[in-house]
Amino acid sequence: MSMQGCRIRVRGQVQGVGFRPFVWTLARRIGIRGRVLNDAEGVLIEAAGAGLDSFAAALRDEAPPLARVDSVEVAAAEFEDLPEGFEIVASAAGAARTRVTPDAATCAACLAEIMGDGRRAGYAFTNCTHCGPRFSILRALPYDRAQTSMAGFAMCTDCATEYADPADRRFHAQPIACPACGPRLWLERAGIEQPGDGIALAAEALRGGQIVAVMGLGGVHLACDAQNDAAVTLLRNRKRRPMKPFALMGDMDMICTACAVSPKEAARLSDPAAPILLLAQKGVSVAPSVAPGQTNLGWMLPYTPLHHLLLARFGGPLVMTSGNLSGEPQVTTLAEAREKLAGFADAFLLHDRPIARRLDDSVERITPYGPMVLRHARGRAPGTTRLPPGFEDAPEMLAMGGQMKGALCLTRGGEALLSHHLGDLDDALTWDEYRRAMADYAALFDHSPAGVAVDLHQGFRATQAGQALGLPVVEVQHHHAHLAACIGEHGWPKDGGAVAGIVLDGLGLGPDGTIWGGEVLLGDYHGFDRIAWLAPAPLAGGDLAQAQPWRNALVRLDMAGLGGLADRVFPDAPRAALRQAVAAQVNAPLSSSAGRLFDAVAALLGLCPMRQTHEAEAAMALEAQAQAYGVASPYVLPAASGAIPTDALFRAIAADLETGQPTTRIAARFHATIAEMFCSQARALVDTGQAAAVALTGGCFQNEVLLSACMARLDGYRVLHYQTLPANDGSLAFGQALVALAQGLPK
Amino acid sequence: MALRDTHVTMAHGGGGRAMRDLIAEVFTDVFQPPGHEDQARLMVDALQKPGARLAFTTDSFVVSPLEFRGGDIGKLAVCGTVNDLAVGGARPLWLSAAFIIEEGCEIAMLRRIVATMDAEARAAGVTIVTGDTKVVERGAADGVFITTSGVGVIAPGVDLGAAHLRAGDAIIVNGPLGDHGATIMAARGDFALQSTLASDCAALHGVMSAAMQAAPDIRAARDCTRGGLASALNELASDAKLGMVLDEAVLPLRDEVRGLCEILGLDPLYLANEGRLVCFTPPEQAEAVVTALQTLPEGQGACVIGHVTDAHPGQVRMQTLFGGARIVDMLIGDQLPRIC
Ligand SMILES: [Fe+3]
Ligand SMILES: [Mg+2]
Ligand SMILES: [Zn+2]
Ligand SMILES: [Zn+2]
Repeated sequence: MSMQGCRIRVRGQVQGVGFRPFVWTLARRIGIRGRVLNDAEGVLIEAAGAGLDSFAAALRDEAPPLARVDSVEVAAAEFEDLPEGFEIVASAAGAARTRVTPDAATCAACLAEIMGDGRRAGYAFTNCTHCGPRFSILRALPYDRAQTSMAGFAMCTDCATEYADPADRRFHAQPIACPACGPRLWLERAGIEQPGDGIALAAEALRGGQIVAVMGLGGVHLACDAQNDAAVTLLRNRKRRPMKPFALMGDMDMICTACAVSPKEAARLSDPAAPILLLAQKGVSVAPSVAPGQTNLGWMLPYTPLHHLLLARFGGPLVMTSGNLSGEPQVTTLAEAREKLAGFADAFLLHDRPIARRLDDSVERITPYGPMVLRHARGRAPGTTRLPPGFEDAPEMLAMGGQMKGALCLTRGGEALLSHHLGDLDDALTWDEYRRAMADYAALFDHSPAGVAVDLHQGFRATQAGQALGLPVVEVQHHHAHLAACIGEHGWPKDGGAVAGIVLDGLGLGPDGTIWGGEVLLGDYHGFDRIAWLAPAPLAGGDLAQAQPWRNALVRLDMAGLGGLADRVFPDAPRAALRQAVAAQVNAPLSSSAGRLFDAVAALLGLCPMRQTHEAEAAMALEAQAQAYGVASPYVLPAASGAIPTDALFRAIAADLETGQPTTRIAARFHATIAEMFCSQARALVDTGQAAAVALTGGCFQNEVLLSACMARLDGYRVLHYQTLPANDGSLAFGQALVALAQGLPK
Repeated sequence: MALRDTHVTMAHGGGGRAMRDLIAEVFTDVFQPPGHEDQARLMVDALQKPGARLAFTTDSFVVSPLEFRGGDIGKLAVCGTVNDLAVGGARPLWLSAAFIIEEGCEIAMLRRIVATMDAEARAAGVTIVTGDTKVVERGAADGVFITTSGVGVIAPGVDLGAAHLRAGDAIIVNGPLGDHGATIMAARGDFALQSTLASDCAALHGVMSAAMQAAPDIRAARDCTRGGLASALNELASDAKLGMVLDEAVLPLRDEVRGLCEILGLDPLYLANEGRLVCFTPPEQAEAVVTALQTLPEGQGACVIGHVTDAHPGQVRMQTLFGGARIVDMLIGDQLPRIC
């Protein structure tokens, strides 16, 4: 007997997140008969009965926590063989073309279980369909236990029963485990497993000021007591990491004691992605050596049962920094941990569930203008972004990203997938991982690109890797890619017209052979004009100019006729030799980099002038000074078009220094001046009808003071700035892909 | 002495008397090539041995300044070609030398350059058997350009080359890196350094024959000239389809070179050398080679700097002082900054 009903197609992140049992429960509640299954396009439901409308609405409204429903399409249908009740049907073939879900922090129900006294009490690998490992344990698609690093653990009968019961929170939870059948945890010292509870032993070691390597979700961390200055200093010495802030892990109470946490920030911390969030310190709550000289601390909540249990046992905030040799990727295997971290850690808290792929912790902050992503990694990757209107029928494209903060972007079927943060490709092991990621992502997403997008810079290893693929290559100028990434994140249509792009960045090769980095570009995905730029200054010593801020101050001061000031401020620097190198044009290419201008001013104000021990240390110190002052008026500079001179700026700063103005005020005025300098150019482009909006892009826009100063000056204008992707080179590949798709492949 | 001019004029290239005087007094009187024909006619006794092979190479030399501490362009021109022959396992025998001279070039300096060439050639046991001069207008050249070609003989049984490299082989250099490049850079930029740097420019036939004697199974050798050690190793790695691992902690570098690189942001691995070779031996023969080289003036600083691996074919890596490894690339054009 045939029956009237409907066929419902659900698209989005709907597999591996408990969607089918959710549908099953919902159907039984409303009294719908039919079936649900996963297929290549998402979830397909065949249903009949009264209340189909409320059923369809609830699919979106009540979806499980990790699901992301992009669309629910309902079409009337006639069925011959609908079951009496409601059934979950085994996956159809071809599911590999759907999404992979990012890893998710332990849910409240699982947390209650491990802290309770049931069979998973104190069990560090507890998870369910609403939480737990996903991408970090995935080896191949489809996402079935046999294709994850849980493959070696056979389910016990209790787990198998839960797994098979649609009414259970663990129905088809691929990493399901319990103490009887799942991964185990232990503490070892010098390669020898210590008898006793690993968590308790680790907590004891931490209390004793020791450093413990903790094998977590996407890699191994080095942990120590964040309130023990001697322990943190010991960790700094062993890691040879003098200044770069350490990330912290604590519960919400610990975080709120240390930092001012707004409701939005609390919500972000509690997001299933559980990122590291930069928060303003409000008092002394952790050792000063955790983040020397910083106004912000980077905090995350515990995101696996292991972390919850360790934190509960230890009872205080922990430093949680990546376990690696300087510059290398975080280690992920037992063997690497034992070998490479032997000199760093006193004890090792390890487990036998292999990490399929390294995922660093994501780093984010909340600004008055919304969330800001600094590092796109665990919990966020692999996420997809819908391509802007006009790109629906774009071919599959691979984009290779830049040299620093390496990340790939794959486009297909109207979506772009940005890989997790891979790191600096100068490092040999990071490079190996980048090469593996190329194969990994291609296989996971069944990707066969028609072309490849690369940076113009032929010395970028990512560029070389792209060229070696033998596909048609589109070379994309670095800052054009930054512009495209920013407007692309906002869904700016392919033919939406030109935008005024304020690109404030470290550096990227321009088509004229000089190094760019402080630009106003007028354009879109298709192309651009360079409207204004910082008057170029020599990068004295090439890449060394990045490591040694004083070099940038010297050349900018000399250009402004303030060489005498440079002599007074940097008495011990090899000034004469550097000046001769600049004059002889030995390794001193010209650059309009905004990043180096920030370095120059920081150095002039005495903020880590001689050497930065980590990226943007000087610029971050300058931002902190400006933040401490508050809103300031810009220096008044003569109007400029094309190359914007910096001489008057430095003369104004010199005058302020001479009259003894505080560093905080000068830093604040400098930020305001840069904002005014570039925003006035952008406003003019909008006012004259040449641009429809302003885009703020490039690594400098990780600076909240700069972002705020620009937003204030663009009040009433349509402004595009990043909310979900990093403003730095981490999203470069996304922009490269869009430009290549818009321009088309070379014939 | 028929030549009265102090500087080269276009007349010295005109084919007349002035030219004949210049060639005779400045060049042939010093080099004394055998015979007076426009070609060298040479007896190749060494080639009579079955299996012996002829080695033939050519190189052009341009450098500014022409004279520098530790040498001049003439010394470069002789040593460069001698070294190209030597690192292939050949015994260098004869050279040709062709000069492109810029109008206005000081004749006294030409004489000094020729004198060094003659001395270097004699020391290396090679004869400059033929040559050529051209004079070009002011601005069409920079002082003097020299092209030398060389002929040598490879003894039967000697066969060096990238194809012989094996994983595990030791990588040996004969002394501190980058002295020549740093010396030229310092001279050109007139850097305010109390520099005692001198070019490493030297003929390496002695070093090479000592290495071949000490290591019967020596695999290959290269001279690390333009592009430095990094370029030589990258070429070999890609030819051999093997990887190389350097140890930063043992790289021989003079403090002055290190200091100059720290100021200028240069990487000593890419600085030019003119008297440095890198050779590859089975690991068990490395110590003998190092010991043998250290007895020679050109090999005093010899040491093992790394090894060959099959782990990352075609790629050169360096274990850094901090325990990580960085990739040592082939330079692509100019070294442009890459840090964003
Ligand atoms: Fe950039
Ligand atoms: Mg040659
Ligand atoms: Zn859960
Ligand atoms: Zn179980």
